[in-house]
Amino acid sequence: MNTALELTDIHKSFEVGTVNENHVLKGISLTIQKDDFITIIGGNGAGKSTFLNSIAGNFPIDKGYIAIDQVDITRTPAYERAKYISRVFQDAKMGTATRLTIEENLAVAWKRGKKRGFARGIKESQRKIFKEELTKLDLGLENRLKMEVGLLSGGQRQALTLLMATIVPPNLLLLDEHTAALDPKTSEMVMNLTDRIIKEKKLTALMITHNMEQAIQYGNRLIMMNNGQIVVDVSGAEKQQLTVPDLLNLFKKNSGQAVTEDALILG
Amino acid sequence: MNIILSSISQGLLWSIMAIGVYLTFRILDVADLTTEGSFPLGAAICGSLLVNGISPWIATLLAFIGGAAAGLVSGYLHVKWRIPALLAGIITMTGLYSINLRIMGQANLYILGEGTLIQSVQDLGVSKTVAVLIVGTLAVTLVIGLLHLFFHTEIGLAIRSTGDNHAMSEANGIRTGSMKVIGYMLGNGLIALSGALLTQNNGFADISMGIGTIVIGLASIIIAEVFFHRLTLAKRLLTVVLGSIVYRLLLLLVLEMNVDPQDLKLFSAILLAIALGLPAIQSRLPKLTSTKTKGGSLS
Repeated sequence: MNTALELTDIHKSFEVGTVNENHVLKGISLTIQKDDFITIIGGNGAGKSTFLNSIAGNFPIDKGYIAIDQVDITRTPAYERAKYISRVFQDAKMGTATRLTIEENLAVAWKRGKKRGFARGIKESQRKIFKEELTKLDLGLENRLKMEVGLLSGGQRQALTLLMATIVPPNLLLLDEHTAALDPKTSEMVMNLTDRIIKEKKLTALMITHNMEQAIQYGNRLIMMNNGQIVVDVSGAEKQQLTVPDLLNLFKKNSGQAVTEDALILG
Repeated sequence: MNIILSSISQGLLWSIMAIGVYLTFRILDVADLTTEGSFPLGAAICGSLLVNGISPWIATLLAFIGGAAAGLVSGYLHVKWRIPALLAGIITMTGLYSINLRIMGQANLYILGEGTLIQSVQDLGVSKTVAVLIVGTLAVTLVIGLLHLFFHTEIGLAIRSTGDNHAMSEANGIRTGSMKVIGYMLGNGLIALSGALLTQNNGFADISMGIGTIVIGLASIIIAEVFFHRLTLAKRLLTVVLGSIVYRLLLLLVLEMNVDPQDLKLFSAILLAIALGLPAIQSRLPKLTSTKTKGGSLS
């Protein structure tokens, strides 16, 4: 009843039949409850982004089953999944249209997954909502509705992308290392904003991060991926008491190898 | 003076072609060579209908629809068959050469003495040049006004967003393929409309009149962008009209210098190459250009 997303035995390989054949996802199964905020961590090549892209529908999966709110979306193209799923990318340039204004970007997001017709793209009633929501970001963007997004800084754009992804609450929010490309101060600002919005709007979210501290600090459940599989899955009280050394030990116990990437340990 | 006015009036008619090119080149961000076929297609449809005594209104409208159909073919080839945009345009353009010959029945078609939109304005008692100015101004105003309205609808925003950021548009549930096809259709419809109007202005349609149109269209756009930065869509389209007129005046100037008309295409090609290369040339001369501040701090 309270299942938001169900993934069963997901497999994905790239460049099948060539010497570069790469079996990235090796049978991932996961059930996500409504209001879960799950952080995903793992080294380079663990399959985190491929996992998120599979859910978003950027490419068809080779094997497995994906259902969102009990609806089978395994074969649904990305633009139709947008009805349920919204996302924020790592690259701030990916989430917004640079030559469109702030309000035009928000208007595009406002119709996410809905039919678009010949009605006016931005109505006065929407503009009011955009203004209110932008005010909550506390970046002064509410006074710059007609400014081209290309003129904003990376942090401002990422905050706007986050607002676009959540202005109409999605069934599932996907965050793909969305603070990784920002400087530490901006990264923290965007992360706090993310946490606040997820709590306020009671969103179900999956967040990839490269930073163990962040993975532990945020969310109610933590998943660690290695070599295309889930090797650690902790939630609830266990997750709350988790420390970085605990996580390293869990990883070692479950995967049979130690974490060797400095980036992962040091954040 | 009259020759300048005449260049301006022709620039107005040509500007509709440049606006069509702008839709694919800047809004969709694809270089669409269908232009070279859809422009004479509009001329051929309009010319042969006029010769057969059809009302110029209907002939002009059908030229637009014919151009949109050509855009549909290119758009479909590009989106559904995943043929690179340049090649899709070349394929359609090549096919259109035969189709245009079939429509006209011969390599050129004279429509002197047939009733045209320009003739019907002239009948009100004004000179040819003034009539072309009136028709051109009305057509340009109508086109820009409708495009302004269209590109601010939900679908219009979706088309602009698709050309700007494909991944973001898809993530927001926009059917990017369909949006591109609509853009192709609109753009080539306008290009054919321009062909139809110029046929009525020139009094003939010619199978080779499409050669170099993409260069003319791009040159008009680049001229507009060199002089004016960061504009809203409607204002940008207005500057493209200005660009088209400036381009016609430049051609006039070159002709006045007793350059052989045969060499005009070479002149156009060189002009466009320089205009497109200007940013790169400027960046090699850092002292001459103002330094733009990039990045900046957060919030």
